[in-house]
Amino acid sequence: MDTELILKVYPYFLEAAVVTIELSILTIVLGLICGALGATARLSRFKALRFLGAAYVSFFRGTPALIQLFLLYFGGPQIGIQLDAFEAGVIGLGVNIGAYMTETMRGAIIAIDKGQGEAARTLGLSREQAFRKVVLPQALRLMIRPLGVNINAQIKGTALVSAISVVELTYTAQRYIGSTYKPFEMFFLAGVLYLVIITITGKGVAYLDRKVRLPA
Amino acid sequence: MSQAFVEIRHAQKSYGQLEVLKDISLNVDRGQIVAIIGPSGSGKSTLLRAINDLDPLTGGEIWLDGVQVNKALPHRQYEKHINQMRQEIGMVFQHFNLFPHLTVRENVTMAPKLLKKISDKEANALAEEQLDHVGMLERIDYYPAQLSGGQKQRVAIARALAMKPKLMLFDEATSALDPELVEEVNLVMKKLAQEHMTMIIVTHEMDFAASVCDRVLFMDQGVVVEEGPPEQVFKNPTQERTRNFLRKHLEGAK
Repeated sequence: MDTELILKVYPYFLEAAVVTIELSILTIVLGLICGALGATARLSRFKALRFLGAAYVSFFRGTPALIQLFLLYFGGPQIGIQLDAFEAGVIGLGVNIGAYMTETMRGAIIAIDKGQGEAARTLGLSREQAFRKVVLPQALRLMIRPLGVNINAQIKGTALVSAISVVELTYTAQRYIGSTYKPFEMFFLAGVLYLVIITITGKGVAYLDRKVRLPA
Repeated sequence: MSQAFVEIRHAQKSYGQLEVLKDISLNVDRGQIVAIIGPSGSGKSTLLRAINDLDPLTGGEIWLDGVQVNKALPHRQYEKHINQMRQEIGMVFQHFNLFPHLTVRENVTMAPKLLKKISDKEANALAEEQLDHVGMLERIDYYPAQLSGGQKQRVAIARALAMKPKLMLFDEATSALDPELVEEVNLVMKKLAQEHMTMIIVTHEMDFAASVCDRVLFMDQGVVVEEGPPEQVFKNPTQERTRNFLRKHLEGAK
């Protein structure tokens, strides 16, 4: 392995890693928003909203994220959506991971014992109050770990935007292969940087989970 | 027309073809304690849960202190009305249903703070008073998971009482408890009886029903088969079905 080469190019990879981190943060925030809206729709009292939520989830989980990204970035202009590659990447991947987060959040909410909501309602709380004060705080604790799994997948998933030429880690690795002819070193370096980002994020999720855990 | 404190008039409930409550009527006076006994599937829990509209009836009326609980109102108005009514009807569940993310204190103060807009200071005083009443004051800052079943149920009773209800419903409050923990909950319920709280109790414990209740209802297959004072229903049941049930129950207890 050419360690000298790695040391020489690695500052450029760090810059690219910053873009990967930006993409991760933005897509995850957008995903959480879409997930909360999606879960609300899927658990709604109204049939039309439930249908809308289910359609959202089934489309975005049922087709490759890469196709969704191409559809938005290359197909978008045809229907009047003009986005640069970075914007398309954030929106495409954020809405995509939001579908997975919808199911994660919905799962955590319906896992809360029905007796919890009932007990709150018998005290006189409204549906909305019972949800906000009793069901949601418990569901939030329950969804931290599985959302962590979604987040982990999403960080790695940002690599897809290399296909629409966003200069992030994977794209940078490919570009440097073009000039160095050292694919092993370039992909190895990119892989290590992904691992660092994911390990730190994983620790953060574990910390948050521990912090809100109830005493047993 | 003079009205009883709690009136159930021609309660009827079906799930499609299955009729689980068949025209049940029941009056309970202020301060009275009524036990509902019967085999599982008899409809006794359904009847109890209909009183605060947790399981809405498909026919009939529920009245509490001159107000109809299950009034026919447009959705939004009904929600407001039923939330108000439920503040006056405390309920205790078989599985306690304490809020695990809140301390004992917060379990008791959450609803009064939210619905009656009392201050933190008043809420704390209320929690201390209610928890003292059920002998749980020293556990006020524990979480439910740190309590035994009997302690959880006592906290659940305090939580219901903190809303100052006019009526308390107990849905097999001691059925999920280890035998040695039943007594502490029964003692709290007896204390409430002495304070003349109006109570409707669904139970499997015949001894407790006999010692505390003014009246016992035996239900089977969605109807009230027999009702009367405990000494009559337990010692001299007039109906064959009651006798069978009690015999089986006594055998089960041995």
